[in-house]
Amino acid sequence: MAFQIIINLIIAIMWMFLSESYTFASFIAGYIWGILLVLLLNRFIPGRFYGIRIVKIFKLILLFVKELLLSNLSILKLVYTPKPEIEPGIFALPLEVKSNWGITLLAHLISLTPGTLSVAVSDKNDVLYIHAMDIDEVDKSVKEIKDSFEKAILEVTR
Amino acid sequence: MTGTWIELLANISIILLLLFGSFITLSASIGIIRFPDIYTRLHAATKASTLGVSSILIAAFIFLYVKEDIVSGKLLIGILFIMVTAPVSAHMIGRAAHNSGVKPLTKNRTDAYEEAMQKQQ
Repeated sequence: MAFQIIINLIIAIMWMFLSESYTFASFIAGYIWGILLVLLLNRFIPGRFYGIRIVKIFKLILLFVKELLLSNLSILKLVYTPKPEIEPGIFALPLEVKSNWGITLLAHLISLTPGTLSVAVSDKNDVLYIHAMDIDEVDKSVKEIKDSFEKAILEVTR
Repeated sequence: MTGTWIELLANISIILLLLFGSFITLSASIGIIRFPDIYTRLHAATKASTLGVSSILIAAFIFLYVKEDIVSGKLLIGILFIMVTAPVSAHMIGRAAHNSGVKPLTKNRTDAYEEAMQKQQ
């Protein structure tokens, strides 16, 4: 992936020299030409086309923003309920992502989703302990985390 | 009249974003006071304040762009830093509290972390 980005940057700078205009706009134009070239010559360059991964990162960011808005709505509801009927507790979530980056990202996403807050990671990096606002909905939130976040992170980091 | 309808739209969105951000931040503060224990308070502190502060920063970004023609990169980076640092600090505070023996307020004692720690010893 890094190799492809470097090739793309070189093509962009080449484009600036060839068109003899050293501005940011021509750099962007060259970069777009570079993306097309890398896509065309993908068979000869090692690795998958890196644009696919960037699209997936973008999807992950969109998911993050959506969950942030939803979690704020749920917190607001709790703040303005006169006597909130909640039952907090800590539950364990077995992890599928193994890399340090993946776990960090997952803990971030969990902290900013409705009703959950990551509290600790076990010593062997295989279990994440999560504080939930409402422990009755644990099964639902575990399934949600597994289905949406962990899958997205595995797709990005792989 | 100098104000076109684009400027009107920008003004309206700035006002709405500022009001929304202040409301969310105020609610976060109320939540920190109202919730029963440290973990539930952390919920309010991280989630609500992240969204509140970032929408205020976005409003400032739009204001600077429309009125002064400045694309302020500092504000965008500020949003990124808040989104990265707030969950980290919440995680650290929660872990520190748990390690120093603050029990989460539960009815049925559902605390998987404490059970795991006891099993280890």
